[in-house]
Amino acid sequence: MRAFEYAAPKERRQALGLLGRSWGDTEILAGGTDLLSLMKDDIVTPKRLVNIKGVAGPELHAIMRKQNGVQIGALVHLADLPSASDIRERYPMLADAAMEAASPQIRNMATMGGNICQRPRCWYFRNGFGLLGQKDGKSLVMEGDNRYHAILGNEGPAYFVSPSSIVPSLIAYGAKVTLASASGTREVALEKFFVIPKDENQREHDLRPDEMLTLVTLPAPPAGAKVAHYEVRQKAAFDWPLATCAALLEMNGGTVKSARIVMGHVAPIPWVSNEAAQAMAGKPVTEETADAAGAAAVANAKSLGRNGYKIKLARVAVKRAILMAAKGGQA
Amino acid sequence: MAKRDDEIKQIPGEESGNGLSRRSFLKIGGLAAAVPVVTGPKIIQVGGEQVEVHGPHAAPITLMVNGKRQTLNVEPRVTLLDALREDLDVTGPKRVCDRGECGACTVLIDGKAVYSCSTLAIDAQGKEIVTIEGLMAGATQLSPVQEAYVQHDASQCGFCTSGFVTATTAFLRDHPNPTHEEMVRNLGGNFCRCGTYGGIREVVQAHAGGKRAATEAAGAVAVKGGF
Repeated sequence: MRAFEYAAPKERRQALGLLGRSWGDTEILAGGTDLLSLMKDDIVTPKRLVNIKGVAGPELHAIMRKQNGVQIGALVHLADLPSASDIRERYPMLADAAMEAASPQIRNMATMGGNICQRPRCWYFRNGFGLLGQKDGKSLVMEGDNRYHAILGNEGPAYFVSPSSIVPSLIAYGAKVTLASASGTREVALEKFFVIPKDENQREHDLRPDEMLTLVTLPAPPAGAKVAHYEVRQKAAFDWPLATCAALLEMNGGTVKSARIVMGHVAPIPWVSNEAAQAMAGKPVTEETADAAGAAAVANAKSLGRNGYKIKLARVAVKRAILMAAKGGQA
Repeated sequence: MAKRDDEIKQIPGEESGNGLSRRSFLKIGGLAAAVPVVTGPKIIQVGGEQVEVHGPHAAPITLMVNGKRQTLNVEPRVTLLDALREDLDVTGPKRVCDRGECGACTVLIDGKAVYSCSTLAIDAQGKEIVTIEGLMAGATQLSPVQEAYVQHDASQCGFCTSGFVTATTAFLRDHPNPTHEEMVRNLGGNFCRCGTYGGIREVVQAHAGGKRAATEAAGAVAVKGGF
């Protein structure tokens, strides 16, 4: 790891004042579970780390009920989400997704904000070939091993997959994030926070180098909504998913009034499938309708050469998430 | 088996009979290169306020490790794992993947299992750090979990063992009567390439079966931050 300066400010305004104006100057240290690995591998080489864990006040640290919804501070640990009654009882899909993420040690360290801002796992990115994984202007992903890469939104030049297994659930609940800088704050729908970069100078997040994600805000869950989160992984624990789906179904008696279907690990952004949602609208939840929604979700999916198997996995993830949601979130 | 148990119970130190361990020898050899540059934090103005900025050079930090307050000079980039092993000679936590993927470096910080390779030493100040050395029930007495690892032969090459024992200690403290699913989910952050999982499962099952309840109740009083 390269040497750097380190500050641990106690006040929010100090933390914001310490952030840099261009990427590479400064990185925010929270849980550190992604950042320190990136720094050890020379993928990120900041001149200064700003440790925000000591910033005073409840804003960054607490889970707070606000009006009908809930505000989750950026520094809330993943391990604390399932045990918080406000989350477990009202947003069970988020509690499940957090409990399934990574390992207990990482859940004890990693934070809500860090989970959203973590960098992609693409092995070309992690080995120093940039976010787009290019060498001499050619895509190493397309020419090389793309078994874990995108099947949707993969027109290029970005082929990595969005790495969070929690974000799809947050988006299905309609989450917004608050981004603060020394000059003010702005609120962005989490769905819009993720962008597919078009060149190597762009990031996969709508985040400026002088900004810090401070809050995740969830509206009240729709009354009687049925939810479930499903992950396809090679291992039962501590593994990056191959495909995930978060399903939120608003019911009207025995039929689906409207649905939110958000897929993970299939595209450079969390993938909101309006096709799958439309396939469910006005229908009862059965094996057949859920499968048709899965088929609709991957209708435009495309293999990069070695990841065609993920199309089938994504379809199954959508189907099973919908079926699980209808059964009250149980497998 | 009896002999092996005795050897393990002595645990300890790495000082062997001739008074010079492999580790001490290596440290003597490396001494000339280990003269730290020490400077205090600089103060910078941020929006009219003063903020301390440390590094990039080494500076004194204080860590509470296994109940003992220790001061050491490290650069901000030094991980807790490296500070423990290289500066404080606490070599229970092992450096294997160094990327938060294998669990061999697991320690308890304020009672929670974390990866010391993914924690900066400077960021661990003011917290209670417990390594496998600190789980001992006495100078030469194993904790119930350590003892169970021996009894159930839950170790082979031993490199993952200290991290596994530490993670198991936190897990069984929080889940005294765990289900199989809870075990998979909560011990999933440690890997054993020898494949001693059968033995580790027995350690957890024996605990769940309540066979060791009495011993553990005694251990809970004796071991701070542990069981």
